[in-house]
Parts: sequence; structure tokens; C-alpha cells
Amino acid sequence: MTASSFPVLSALIFFPLAASLALLMVKGEEAVRRLTLAAGLAEIALALPLASFDLASGGFQFVEKASWVPQWGLTYHLGIDGISLLMILLTVALLPLCVLCSWHYISRRIKEFHIVLLLMTSACVGVFAALDFVLFYLFWEAMLVPMYLLIAVWGGPNKRYASIKFFLYTLAGSTLLLVAIIAFYSAGGTFSIPELMTKTFSPRLQFWAFLAMVLAFAIKCPMFPFHTWLPAAHVEAPTAGSVLLASVLLKMGTYGFLRFCMPLTPDACVTFAPLMIALSLASILYGGIIALGQKDMKKLIAYSSVGHMGFVTLGIFLFSQRGVEGAVMQMLNHGITTGGLFMLVGAAYERSHSREISENMGLGKYLPAYMFFFGLFSLSSLGFPGTNSFVGEALVLVGAFQESLLVGGLAIPGAMLAAAYMLRLLQKLAWGEPSRGATFTDLCPREWIYLAPLAVFVLYIGLAPTMTLKVMDPSIDKLLKDFSARTEYAATARPINLAHTPVMNGKEANQ
Amino acid sequence: MILALLPEILLLGLIVLIFLLVVAKPGKDVAGAWLPAGCLAVLAGAGASLGQSALLFGGTYQVDPLSQFMKMAVALGLFIAVTNSRGQATLKDEVRADYSMLLCLSAWGLMLLASSVELMTIYISLEISSYALYALIPLRAGDKRAAEAGIKYVLFGAAATAVSLYGFAYITASQHTTFLAELTTKPWDFATNPGALVGLIMFMAGFMYKLALFPFHFWCPDVYQGTSNETAAYAATLPKLGAVVILVRLSSLLVPGQPGMTILAILGAVSMTFGNLSALVQDDVKRMLGYSSIAHAGYVTIGLVAGTAEGLASASFYALVYILMNLTCFWVVCHLSKDGRNIRYSDLDGLHQRSPVFAFVLAVAAFSLVGLPPTAGFMGKLFLLTATWGRGYDWLVIIAALNTAISIYFYLSLVRHAYTHDPSSALETKKSGLALGTLFAALLLALGILPGPVYEFAAQAGKSLLP
Repeated sequence: MTASSFPVLSALIFFPLAASLALLMVKGEEAVRRLTLAAGLAEIALALPLASFDLASGGFQFVEKASWVPQWGLTYHLGIDGISLLMILLTVALLPLCVLCSWHYISRRIKEFHIVLLLMTSACVGVFAALDFVLFYLFWEAMLVPMYLLIAVWGGPNKRYASIKFFLYTLAGSTLLLVAIIAFYSAGGTFSIPELMTKTFSPRLQFWAFLAMVLAFAIKCPMFPFHTWLPAAHVEAPTAGSVLLASVLLKMGTYGFLRFCMPLTPDACVTFAPLMIALSLASILYGGIIALGQKDMKKLIAYSSVGHMGFVTLGIFLFSQRGVEGAVMQMLNHGITTGGLFMLVGAAYERSHSREISENMGLGKYLPAYMFFFGLFSLSSLGFPGTNSFVGEALVLVGAFQESLLVGGLAIPGAMLAAAYMLRLLQKLAWGEPSRGATFTDLCPREWIYLAPLAVFVLYIGLAPTMTLKVMDPSIDKLLKDFSARTEYAATARPINLAHTPVMNGKEANQ
Repeated sequence: MILALLPEILLLGLIVLIFLLVVAKPGKDVAGAWLPAGCLAVLAGAGASLGQSALLFGGTYQVDPLSQFMKMAVALGLFIAVTNSRGQATLKDEVRADYSMLLCLSAWGLMLLASSVELMTIYISLEISSYALYALIPLRAGDKRAAEAGIKYVLFGAAATAVSLYGFAYITASQHTTFLAELTTKPWDFATNPGALVGLIMFMAGFMYKLALFPFHFWCPDVYQGTSNETAAYAATLPKLGAVVILVRLSSLLVPGQPGMTILAILGAVSMTFGNLSALVQDDVKRMLGYSSIAHAGYVTIGLVAGTAEGLASASFYALVYILMNLTCFWVVCHLSKDGRNIRYSDLDGLHQRSPVFAFVLAVAAFSLVGLPPTAGFMGKLFLLTATWGRGYDWLVIIAALNTAISIYFYLSLVRHAYTHDPSSALETKKSGLALGTLFAALLLALGILPGPVYEFAAQAGKSLLP
């Protein structure tokens, strides 16, 4: 649609790669950190042209297309809509914060660490920007290796177990995704995602492809019962690893639901919606209940992530305007809030060398600034009005009650559980006895710098969500319009072979 | 005609030259210094003859896109194998020149095999290649396992060849011709011509042995483990190419859905699953690579059973990618062990500190063997799976995809030991080979990011067989 002359998305993908090559030449720890920080800021500057994003359009913008492997119809095809724009901005914004929060935390193999961070950013932006199915898969898989290294090299004592579990789980999930991609290619004749979105596939293909995709995306999310890798990975990962894992990686799963499951397999989505809603509710309740019993702060936040992501998948599979809006909102908010919480746990760990709640109690009197941020992010995490998560959760709950009283009623205890475990954590950290705060110093300027932007976003989105909603709404409208047009169409008249028939509104789909 | 046969002529020239020099100065390493350069000349010759086509020697020898693509792959592999085998620690000095000659002779046989389109010629080319290898395998000084490996290789090879000849007799008896061009016009289904189909499958068995496809794989891990690292690098890669080219030619005779094709598909599925499961529990890296090659033989069959030009093209492309990634892996293994002993996983500990370059090269090769993007292994596998989906063997595609998940564990172990463990082994590492190793890793990445130009050759090869 908007043919931008400057390839913004390519620049965002390849600049971190180039920066990581440049890092190879740099000597000295401080220099490596500074250069990566500069690269992170430059990456944000490179993202500035995205401000010309057309808020009125629900189609893909900043599209870049080039031939890649012509023999197989692979194209280098990038483009973003409102949903991916938000995710890319989140990814890009987190890079410098991750460098800052690792300034002291990472003390060995520093150059490699920063190279891995840059590779990670590159792959994550690629996942959200790819419009060719194989290109998407390439970035999706390429991201595994840096994340594995983040956990396996710079992780905690149990890092080998956690890192292998992460790799095996996510790779095993995505192998069948590749088969689904190939099946779509064979039925639709193209790997191009916008083109595939205009096609309707046979119910049989939709059924199996949906299952294959859900396996990949549900593991990534992670949804109950595929979540077991997440607490292990979070607990062992270094702070920056946890932040990236929680803020960006988990979103890829739900992004997959929105980008692939709903447009490509709408009938199967409807068929499986009760199951997916049930699993989402299970995630919400299970994550909340397990989080209540945790002694390790990181584990607590990890399980709370399972619950929060349950809200996201719940919102998606309601297929209503409110539900999907809330889901995308929650994706963004969870990225901001949980990222902030993990950074704070990292900051506490740098002081007490422990992530146990009992080793970090009674900080309120001695570390007021720290507790301010912790309080803010905790309130946000439990969905307190005025903070960002309230908007997302409220929208999802509205959608849920619209759907049925039962679904809404079952989700409410999840929100209450979040309040219970976060307030318990907050209370112990602020006023718990015995206090260890006396020996600790409060936040240093570096920590202020990486926490303040997140805090600003917590309040900004919480108090004025209109802008964010404006960005995502056209894309969501289009997504839901296509979706309902297809499922109704399928319900009224369904020819036997649908593979190559464009749907009724196929023409206006995009481009 | 000279240009069409350029790679064969150049390589034969090299072999004769070494032979004459050995006769003149017995016991001296007469070829060590200049042989890599000579192999580069062969590679250049293979490149120059890429577009050629001819039918020679009474229709028994065909120069076509498939043969020229494979010859280039053989020449590339030979260059790597010869360079790799220089300064081999476990080789007696007086046999170095003979070793090089046998290596070249075996590769020469494979080049002939690539062009053979008549069953007798195929058989003779196979034997030229195999006999040289029979002599190479036990050449590991002071190691009894090498002798065991040599005997195993000969015995299994002889048995497989016998089965192959037996099948050859059946084909000739029931189809009355040995030329592939004529054989394509004959019926191959079980109902009308059972003898021919049985014969074809038995004839293929000889090549499945070379490819180490289940159930002809038993020699593979033992031979890799027993023979020297450098010989294993050769035996694990190039002969597979020869086998693939013949299987590609033969499988173009069959039609998907027929019993012959289905048997091939089942063998492929069993092979990849068995290979990957067995590799999970290995400790010796070469032995693991042996089982991994059984699994990869299974992957290649995916392309064979598609019964389309794309399928054959992707099988050929995968074969090229396979030898490249496997040779890269062996390159690191050979260079890590200066005294030529076998490498265990624990010997890789802390490689990122001892030799960051080799650690990186090994990681690229390992991830390519898994089939993770952005490496050549991913593209190869993507092409294979895409070509075969919807051709009646969807179950094979799904099994192959699931096998990726099984195989990640042991390939990741290479990376895990190299990158996350602290150095513990006192193994001495060779200082050489960094530049070429990096080049191979770069090639694997380049083929993974932009496979188009190289795949084009394979695509033409596929089209020439199944237009």
C-alpha cells in the first residue's frame, strides 16, 4: 500500500546483524557495551520512519517484496499492519533496555552476549515483519539458537536442563508448523501470506493445519498444558534473557494465532474455539494458583505469565472486537509490565544474589525508588485501573461476558488470583520481616534509565489507551471482517473443493 | 567431446601422474604438496563442463545436467577430502602417495557412475569406486579397529554387490535390455512384470548399501568409528553422491503409488527414524555421524519417491548440501584431533575458548545437519518436503518433520559441548584449516540464504530426467 522508498523493515532487520559483525572487531568490555547500546538507540532511530504508518488502513504497509528463490516461489516479502507494528516497536525498544539491565549482571563472555542480543533482535523483528510463510519460519527458527545460548551460557545453575528443554520443546512444536506451511503451499500455490489469506481451504486441510499450527503457537505462548518449559527457562535465564523471553518470544505464539490461524483456518478456529477457550481458562486459573505458591520471584512471575497469556488466547478465540482488541492490548502490556518486573528481579538479584522472596524482604524503607517501580509494575500486572493491563484485561473480560456468562465468570477468579499473588509478593518485598534492605543501595541512575521508560508506558497506556487502540483497530477490524465473512460463507454454502476459490470479499483483502 | 569429459580426463590425468611418480620414487609422499591444487583444477574442469550434454560410447555414457551437477559435487568433495587428509597422523609415510591415488581413483569411479546410463556400466563404475575404498578403509596405522572396519566394509560390500548383480540378471532377463533409456519405456508394475520389479529393487540394494539406507546400514557406524578420521570423512560423503545419482536415475523409472516406490518410502522412513534414534545414545562423534548419515539417507529418499522433476532435483540438491555439511563437520573433527584419535563429545568441551573459529564452523555444520534456518540444510529439507507433499507420501513428510525434532538433541550436543561447557580436555588441536573451515561454513550459510543459483543446476538435472 504505502510504498516507502526507504526499506525501513529491512533496515530494522539487518542493522542489528551488521552491528553484531562490527562488535567482533571491538575490544574491551566497556566498549562492547557502549557500542551495543548505541546500536540499540540507532535501531530506535531507524524505527522512526514507522511514524508515517497510515492509521486509517487495515492492510499491510511498508511492504517490501523481492524475488528470493524463484524456483519455489519464495519471496523476500515484508510488511506490517497495526498488530505487528506494536510488536516491532516493543522489540526494538527493549534492546537498549536489555543492554542496560545487563551492564553488571553479565560479567563473562561479554562480547558474545551482546552479539547474541543483537541477533535475537534481528530475528524477532523478522518474525513480526515477514509476509512470506517460509521467511517467517526462517526467522521463527533462527531465533531459537540465540535464545538457547542466552540461557545455556549465561544462565543459572540448572541452565543445561532448562536450555535443552526450551530448545526441544519449541523445536518439536514447530516441526509440524513447517508441514502445515508446505500443505498450504500445495493447496494455495503460494507461500505469500497476504495471498493465502484471500484463499479458502478445504475443511480437512484446515482441521489438520490448525492442529499443527496450534501445537507450535501454544507451546510458544505457552498455553497450559504446554507451559512446563517456561518456568524452567525463566528461572535460569539471565535478566535480559527473561525480559526478551517474556516480552517478545511469548508474543510470537499469540501473534501466530492472529496472523495465521484466524485468516487461514477460520472454520477450524470456530470448531476448536471451545477447546481453545477452555485451555485459556485453564492457563489463567492454573498459572494463578501455581504462582500463589512460589518462593522464587522469577518463578512467580513466570507462572503469572502463563495466566496473562491465557487472557490473550482467551481474547483471540472469542472472535469479537472487544476480545481481540483486549488480546492485542494484553500482548503489548504483558511485554511492558513483565519485562519491567523481570528487570526489577534482576536488580534485586544483583544486590542480594538470590531470587528467593525470603532473601529480598523489607525493602520498602530502604529502597523507596525500587519499591515505587516494583509497586507500579505489580499493580499493572494485576490489572489495577489506571495501569496498562487494566485496559487489556477489561476488554478481554467484556468480550468474555459477551460470549457467555460462564466464560466470563471463570475468568474473573483468574484476575483475582493475580491480585492475590502480586500483592502478597509486593507486601513481602516492601514490609516483610526480617528486612535485608539496610545493606542494599537504592536504584542507581542506570537503573532509573531502564525502568523509567517502561513506567511511563504503563501509565500512558493505562490512562490514555486511545492511541494504541487506534493503531491496532483497523487491522483488527479487517481481520474480524474477513473472518466472519468466511465463516458465515462456509456455514451457508460450502462447495466441495474450496482450495482455489477466492472468498466473497477476496478482492479488497489487500494490495 | 573433450570438454564434455573434462573432469574425468583431468582426474584420470592426476591419477596417472601420481602413479608414475610413485613408481619413480617409491615410498615418498610425491603427491602431498600439489594434489589440492590439482583437485581444484578438476573442480574448475567440472565447472567448465556444466552445460555440456552428449551420449558417448555406444549410448552407455551420458553427459547430462544431472551427471555434470554430480561431478561438480564430487570434485568439490574430493578437493575438501584431499585437503583434509594432508598430514594425516595415523597414516604411515610410505603409503601417503598411494592413499592419495586411491582417494582420487575412488572419486573417479564416482564421476563415471554419475554418467553411466547402462546397467553394466553402472556396475563397473560402482566397483571402480568401491575397490579403491576397500583398500583405503584399513589404512590406519596401529589400530585393530581399522582392520575390523575394513573387513566389515568388504564383506558387506561384496554381499550387497552380489544382490545387485542378481537383480541385474532379473532385469535383463525380463526386460531384454540394459540401457536405462530403453528401460524407461518398459512396464514396471508388479502385475505385468514382477520379475523386473523385484530385479530393480535388488539392483537398487547395491546402491542403498552405498547410501547406508536401512536395512543395508550395518557397516556404517562401525566403519566410521574404525577407520581414520580423514578416511571416514571421505567414506561418509562422496560415495553417497554416487549412490544418489543412480537412485535418482532408477527411481525415475518408477511411478508414485507403485509397490517399488512404496518400499523405497518405507525404507526411507525406517532409515531416518532408526538412524536418529540410534544416534541419540552415541558418545563417539564419528559414530554419531555414522548414524546421522543413515538418517540423511532416509531424507534423500523423500525426494526420490515424489516422482516429479522437483523431487529428483531436490534429492540431488540435498545430496550436495549433505556432503558439504558433513564434510564441514568432519573437517572440524579431523582438525581437532591432531594425533588422529577418535573424538568424543567431551573432547569438544570449551571449544569456544580454545578455537572460536572451529566452534563456530562446527555450530553451523551441526545446525545445518538438523535443518535449522538459515543454513543450507534447512533449504534442502524444505525443498524435499515441499516437492513430496501431495504426492501420496504425506506420511513420509510428516515422519521426516518429526525426525528433525528427534535429531536436534544430538546435534545440539555438539554445540552444547563446544559453547557451554568449560574446557576439560587436553586434546591438541591442529592450527591449520581455519580459513577453509570458515569458507565451508560461509558456503553453508550462503546456500541457506540464497540457494536459488545452485538449485537451478539441480532443477535442470531433474527436468532432464522427468520432463
